[in-house]
Amino acid sequence: MKHGLSWFNVGSLVLGFLFLYLPIALLIIYSFNESRLVTVWAGFSTKWYSAMLQNSSLLGAAWVTLKVAFTSSCFATVLGTIAGLIMSRFGAFSGRTLFSGMIYAPLVMPEVITGLSLLLMFVAIALDRGFVTVTIAHITFSMCYVAVVVQSRLVSFDRSIEEAAMDLGCPPARTFFQITLPIIAPAVIAGWLLSFTLSLDDLVIASFTTGPGATTLPIQIYSQVRLGVTPEINAACTVLVGLVAAAVLTASLVTRRQEIRREAEERMAAATA
Amino acid sequence: MPPPTADRDPAAKVAFVSGAAANAGGVSGLHARLLLFPAYKALVDLLHRLGITGRRVVIAIPYLWLLAFFLAPFLIVLKISFAEIVIAMPPYTPLITFMEDGWIAFHASIDNYLFLLEDRLYIDSYLSSLKIAAIATLLALLIGYPIAYAMMRAPKRWRFALLMMVILPFWTSFLIRVYAWIGILKKEGLLNLALLNLGVIDQPLTILNTDTAVYIGIVYSYLPFMVLPLYANLEKMDLSLLEAAADLGCRPIKAFWVVTVPLSLPGIIAGCFLVFIPAVGEFVIPDLLGGSETLMIGKTLWSEFFNNRDWPLSSAVAVLLLLVLVIPIVLFQRMQERNAQL
Repeated sequence: MKHGLSWFNVGSLVLGFLFLYLPIALLIIYSFNESRLVTVWAGFSTKWYSAMLQNSSLLGAAWVTLKVAFTSSCFATVLGTIAGLIMSRFGAFSGRTLFSGMIYAPLVMPEVITGLSLLLMFVAIALDRGFVTVTIAHITFSMCYVAVVVQSRLVSFDRSIEEAAMDLGCPPARTFFQITLPIIAPAVIAGWLLSFTLSLDDLVIASFTTGPGATTLPIQIYSQVRLGVTPEINAACTVLVGLVAAAVLTASLVTRRQEIRREAEERMAAATA
Repeated sequence: MPPPTADRDPAAKVAFVSGAAANAGGVSGLHARLLLFPAYKALVDLLHRLGITGRRVVIAIPYLWLLAFFLAPFLIVLKISFAEIVIAMPPYTPLITFMEDGWIAFHASIDNYLFLLEDRLYIDSYLSSLKIAAIATLLALLIGYPIAYAMMRAPKRWRFALLMMVILPFWTSFLIRVYAWIGILKKEGLLNLALLNLGVIDQPLTILNTDTAVYIGIVYSYLPFMVLPLYANLEKMDLSLLEAAADLGCRPIKAFWVVTVPLSLPGIIAGCFLVFIPAVGEFVIPDLLGGSETLMIGKTLWSEFFNNRDWPLSSAVAVLLLLVLVIPIVLFQRMQERNAQL
């Protein structure tokens, strides 16, 4: 059997990617529309971008969102990396089943449940809702994604390098920082980016856990979308999509280059040993 | 990670590595030197005798976080689901009251659950959520499988780019992707415009604010979750099995059903779980794309909480939703755990 693409394969790829990308492409195109009507093309214009830049509630929400996303993704990356390490390197310990349950369940848990339960808990411990509570909520679900990403990287890499370091008398903590962390760095960076975009994106959990003065961008966009589709929102969405796409593409290219280099180095080390 | 200049300049690389070594050595070196002091050594010994080892501390950090912010909140939801609504802040009755004479009054009510079972709205919401999620999952599988299969058949040097193209939409905002469909599906939207111009239809179709729009939204938003596990599974498949089937006279289509599909079953199951479970509790898609008659439990919970402000009843809705989902969630977790230890 030949290893190649049939017409059916090419067709499903083309249609699949059209389905995935066409809606976003149309959204971007119509953000440059002169007309207020979203479906009538009246010529190229960037006026909605300047309208967006003068919308102070939108800009304020964007600033809050960036702060929440940055803080929560940093914490989530640290906690998630530790959790991923525990899942793949610590073997059996009492309470492991509960631990892995708490790592995997948030990945599929309906957001309305997570949001409601966190809110009720913040009320129960009388923590004022706002920046802090949204950030805690985002750390909690993001760290599970980081844990899974880091863990899958740890499963696939050669453990004997770590064992060699420990056999030579390197203490576990130092082995982690000098051997393990540099090798899993691409996964850790990917985990950070994933947490950042998850936080940037979250509407439901943030709606439950936020308070006055901490309106995030998705909440702001949602409340405007309910009033109707406007080119101004299209413009804001385009900026957001562009930023995320640029960040993800750069990160993936950088980590891929590093991975290729590292694999080459590992091969060289194996050949000279 | 070494700074970028370290690649080109070997001396810089050596300096960087030895700098890192001195740093890391600093911490454990300090620990070793401090052990010479009796007080520090006694403290370390005491911690060890109490069972507080480095390993346990490392486990405790994420463990305690998840206990506090994932498990404990559920227990609180469970507790409040047995309370009654009152006009106060917080708007529910306490389960336990400490009386002045030292007695403890325990007050729990199952009225919320009885109400959920009595009122058709809630049962219909649960059933309709399960139906919509199941149909959308099936559609996502039917659309996702050919994509994942074609990615597997593609030349190796294309695969990374194709993989990135599947992942990229997943990184862009969920809300924005759902929002984009409003402009396409509405009556004077781009889809109707295109179909009218092509002469396929004479009257604009009503798609927005129907269940069809919800199916489209779920399939579109969750498609990467279906394609990725399928592709990860298909990629590992030994293509010589298909060659063997062909040599033995099996036609390609039959070989696909007899060899490829059974082998990719773990990927199919993982993908279906990843789409089905979150789709059952979905709120944004039915709210923005669905109509007033689209019943989904996530939407019901949302309006119970934000519009009716009935915290105890929305807690009961959440508890029942979790009970509905607990079997698929446990099955999913078992499967992940098995993969993790491979």
